Amino acid sequence: MESKEKYLLKIEHVSKYFYGNKVLKDINISVRPGEIIGLVGENGAGKSTLMNILFGDPIIHKTGGFEGKIIFDGKEVNFSSPFDAIDAGIGMVHQEFNLIPGFTATENILLNKEPTKYNFFSEIFGDKLNVLNREEMKKRAIEAIKMLEIKLDPEMIVKEMPVGYKQFIEIAREINRESTKLLVFDEPTAVLTESEADIVMKAIKKLAAKGVSIIFISHRLQEILDSCDRIVVLRDGTIQKELIPSETNPTEVAEYMIGRELTKGIWKFKEIRKFNETILEVNNLWVDMTGEQVSGVSFKVDKGEIFGIGGLTGQGKLGIANGIMGLYPAEGEVKFKGKSIYLNNPKYVLEQGMAFVSEDRRGLGLLLDQPIFWNIAFTAMQIKDNFTKSLLGGLIKWRDEKAMIKIAREHVEALQIKCVNEKQLARELSGGNQQKLCMAKVFVLKPELIFVSEPTRGIDVGAKSLVLDTLRQYNSKYGITIIVASSELEELRSICERIAIVDEGRIVGILPSTAEPTEFGLLMLGKKSETEEVCINEGKD
Amino acid sequence: MKEKIKSIIESIGLPRIIIFLFLVLLFILTPFVGIRFDTSINDVIIRFSMNGILVLSLVPMVKSGCGLNFGLQLGIIAGLLGAVISIEMELTGFAGFFTAIGIAIFFAVVLGFLYGILLNKIKGDEMVVATYVGFSSVAFMSIMWLILPFKSPNMIWAYGGSGLRTAISNEDYWIHILTNFFQINIGSHINFPTGTILFFALLSYLVWAFFRTKIGTAIATTGSNSNYAKSCGINVDKMRVISVILSTVLSAIGIIVYQESFGFIQLYMAPLYMPFPAIAALLLGGASVGKASIKNVIIGTFLFQAILTMTPSILNNIIQSDMSEAIRMIVSNGMIVYALTRVVKVR
Amino acid sequence: MKKQSLTKTMNPGVQFLINYAVPIIFTILVAFAIPLSGLSNEYLVREIMTRLSRDSFLILALLVPVMAGMGMNFSIVLGAMAGQIGLIFITDWQIIGLPGVLLALLISTPIAILLGYIAGIVLNHAKGREMVTGFMLAFFMNGIYQLVVLYGMGNIIPISNSRILLPRGYGIRNAISLVDIRQVLDKLIPLKIGGILIPVVTLLVIAALCVFIIWFKKTKLGQEIRIVGQDNDVARISGINVERTRILSIVISTVLACYGQIIFLQNIGNMNTYGGHSQVGVFAIAALLVGGATVAKANIPNVFIGLILFHTMFVVSPRAGRALMGQAQLGEYFRVFVSYGVIAFSLALYAWRKRVEKENERKKIMNYRKAFSQSSNTTGGNKF
Repeated sequence: MESKEKYLLKIEHVSKYFYGNKVLKDINISVRPGEIIGLVGENGAGKSTLMNILFGDPIIHKTGGFEGKIIFDGKEVNFSSPFDAIDAGIGMVHQEFNLIPGFTATENILLNKEPTKYNFFSEIFGDKLNVLNREEMKKRAIEAIKMLEIKLDPEMIVKEMPVGYKQFIEIAREINRESTKLLVFDEPTAVLTESEADIVMKAIKKLAAKGVSIIFISHRLQEILDSCDRIVVLRDGTIQKELIPSETNPTEVAEYMIGRELTKGIWKFKEIRKFNETILEVNNLWVDMTGEQVSGVSFKVDKGEIFGIGGLTGQGKLGIANGIMGLYPAEGEVKFKGKSIYLNNPKYVLEQGMAFVSEDRRGLGLLLDQPIFWNIAFTAMQIKDNFTKSLLGGLIKWRDEKAMIKIAREHVEALQIKCVNEKQLARELSGGNQQKLCMAKVFVLKPELIFVSEPTRGIDVGAKSLVLDTLRQYNSKYGITIIVASSELEELRSICERIAIVDEGRIVGILPSTAEPTEFGLLMLGKKSETEEVCINEGKD
Repeated sequence: MKEKIKSIIESIGLPRIIIFLFLVLLFILTPFVGIRFDTSINDVIIRFSMNGILVLSLVPMVKSGCGLNFGLQLGIIAGLLGAVISIEMELTGFAGFFTAIGIAIFFAVVLGFLYGILLNKIKGDEMVVATYVGFSSVAFMSIMWLILPFKSPNMIWAYGGSGLRTAISNEDYWIHILTNFFQINIGSHINFPTGTILFFALLSYLVWAFFRTKIGTAIATTGSNSNYAKSCGINVDKMRVISVILSTVLSAIGIIVYQESFGFIQLYMAPLYMPFPAIAALLLGGASVGKASIKNVIIGTFLFQAILTMTPSILNNIIQSDMSEAIRMIVSNGMIVYALTRVVKVR
Repeated sequence: MKKQSLTKTMNPGVQFLINYAVPIIFTILVAFAIPLSGLSNEYLVREIMTRLSRDSFLILALLVPVMAGMGMNFSIVLGAMAGQIGLIFITDWQIIGLPGVLLALLISTPIAILLGYIAGIVLNHAKGREMVTGFMLAFFMNGIYQLVVLYGMGNIIPISNSRILLPRGYGIRNAISLVDIRQVLDKLIPLKIGGILIPVVTLLVIAALCVFIIWFKKTKLGQEIRIVGQDNDVARISGINVERTRILSIVISTVLACYGQIIFLQNIGNMNTYGGHSQVGVFAIAALLVGGATVAKANIPNVFIGLILFHTMFVVSPRAGRALMGQAQLGEYFRVFVSYGVIAFSLALYAWRKRVEKENERKKIMNYRKAFSQSSNTTGGNKF
């Protein structure tokens, strides 16, 4: 029987409910000092929630706390704020940098933990009037930088550093704290070059060798296999398996991450349809969308097809539609129906016949304070001059609310949007019906191609299939080409013929939806991508 | 029940309720201090008609997301130019009045266009820059009034100094031209300024109608959620400039109507602080930095002018001293501070 | 399709011109106006010296809120009001000379702290709009000040010296003579160079404030204020109490402004009770901006350069106006125009630059990503 003291961290039977959904179920993880634990899982699997609990994020307490026990360094803990966690010895290197761009590396590394020199003013007015001990600060910063084995001028202003170095400063700040016993790294190498990533991985191993425990969250399977002592795979809020890197292989990890069985409700393709006309051709598309960067994506979509874009959150799948539709800065070449189209111009793209059901339903998809009929008709009114009455020889275009209500009624019936009447405010509808409202808005435009992003996010199970059915219906009835981006692989496999997987801003593979889920999982975890010709052909077989 | 009252108070806003109750108190006190009720009401109505359009002019810019128009002085300057040029041309009556408006609209469109382009370059910081652009434009025009070559003897300094007088009377030109238009007299104390009120109603209707056109709808959407508007293909910058031009034109017309009733065209530094009472009135009527409607204009102007009118007369009789300016500063600026501290959370 | 035309990363010369556009334009204006005005150099030097000792303290009070990211802050007007109330009391109690000034400083301090605290709380509710809100708050407080000074004093607040009360028995007069404390600080250590009085003690006090500010920036609190000024969110995550730090910086600024106004008034020798404080904010802020400061960055050299340039312009304008156009009035309007115009121009320039820089940053990162993706091979260490 091993005594508790052997483990630095014990997570015992931890569960968490979020607004009635059980997002973590009976999690048990133990971490020894100096161990590197890799945490792998799709988004929604529970990784972030688990880390929020560990780190004392206030949102956990605001939503009802958690069940189970967390024992850190021999004591049971329940942090109510990140500062408590930091004081106890837990540090976290986040994906978004918490740096002050105008300050030097030294100042950032020592942020709010600066050593001070005593002076007599602080007798009267308190510690805050102690002067910063800049020599000591520089010394400590250099120590932390040395640990990382990088060349970095401690007096350099962060704003002027390359991105990778900013990540180093983040890490150096956490290392600098002498009390740190456990460090959590959340996708630390996502924005780094090869060599920079190597430096980070080496530093992590060095830290572990010194006795600091590491929890390493990443979707780059190779890094996980190379550096972790153990791998914990999360799916749907439960731990699927703990694996030892030397005793497993990528396929096994992917299997546990994605799951092998198809759950109920998955459509069975009767036959894979054949198409003969390319409607959209994308070449080397770059999109600057915060959190979903696209770094040179190329693909072709056929007319009448339902094409899927999948991948882990933040890897870029949502950026593609947003870029083409002009909502975020984009560069590259896009041809629609053979014609080269201008980017960064939403009006133009809408006029050409493409439309978008955004993933940001409440922020971009609808104006919640307006009634249903307004939301349905507005875009068409602006783009196509529909629902307006021309007065004074076309000089004045008067809003024709009667016509707006009429068309709204048609779509409310066609899509079975549950509402009191068309004048009801959009914000009063349920999630599923709001999504249908977004789709109605797009259908009124009579587009030839629709982008749909995260079509069933935040919608309860019952309504999910209605939304997907609607898409299928409009595709088969009106021949509308649909490009769906979603983090739920099953959803994509149920309606798309081909699915492209986006990892780190690039398409790493296009597979037919009949391919094994594990295949998709491997692509998401960083399986080497072959050339694009091969990908596309592969998909079409 | 308590919850409901609390939420009503929160949605209306405590300051508005306090001011409203204060006003009710003043009304109640009226007979007790020997002031005629109908005289008071008449004063309030006349002042309402004088100021209504200026307050109305704020609405387009709020609706498009440009915030409260702290640069109202630009439109006022356009109006002043229209008025003095019309007098320089020796036009009287309706001809003079409408020429003034016509010329003012011309200047307002130009100024509004430039102002709108400036505001587009500094989205998010509009209000503070507008404040100082407004102030410096008044100072700049003060220099202009000194050196522009106006000749009309009614306007220039009598003893051969150069430049226009500080206040120019429009008594011989178009004073009260609207006020007297179909004026309705009730009893000996009420002279209802039908013309001015009708003109205000006309402009309010036009503003309302504008926001029911395709472009007006687009502008309102831009103010509601500019990202949403952009995703629907709306040219956000263009919509903002249009709203600024519209606001500037309305304020140019507004100052001319004000002068028509007031009897004087006030130049030099007089317009310096004019945005603030108008903004305070709009806010008092229930508007906020992001939302304004014609209802807010009507209610707000009425309440605000009521306070301005009633406070001095009643307080003077009770406390034997004129606290009205201090009270005006507190009410007007307090209302604006309150509105600026309401954070609007994007859902 | 229009692409925003952006200033590309340019040579340092152009960068310098844009960063310091305001002081440069101003220097040119002043260089033209001085000869036009016909004022002698001695006169100008004497005037500037006076104003330096009189006004610097007030402008220095603006520095701390800029550090805290709250921009050009009108709460100094509230501080000025507090100072004036202090002076009203010591005049009432007829305490003269240096003790009078010191007592005024003492009793106005708690008032300034209170007003600063209120301003800080209000500004915390208006993040992102601090400057407009501060401006409107100063007007609002002016109303309260009037209630207190014009109606309360002599009524609820006992004032016994009838010389400062209005004939009706309550309310302070429009102008109060401060002859009993006039130039007390300035003349404390008398020094005359070439016929010009050098206000030694006042200058020492100003120097002391400068030293204090420099020292303060090096303290932990100073660093916290700087962090809050750079990024509220990072500050909060690091454990700094952002709201409290902001309030503290406004309180410091208000108290300093209070002392600054007392120094100002003791030099002038009489107080304009109701109008004395209202232009304080505009002139101090305009001067600071003329000195090259921006909403986000202001240092001690900005204060002094700005003061010299701004006040020179102030002094020469009426005469230059008369020489140029035959009207002194024109010069006076020009002064007002320049004061407000400088602020408008500075603020607009800063706001525009902020957005352009953000856009440039974004493009820089984009280009960096593109460059590195082209050079790296696809068979990376993170792929298998």
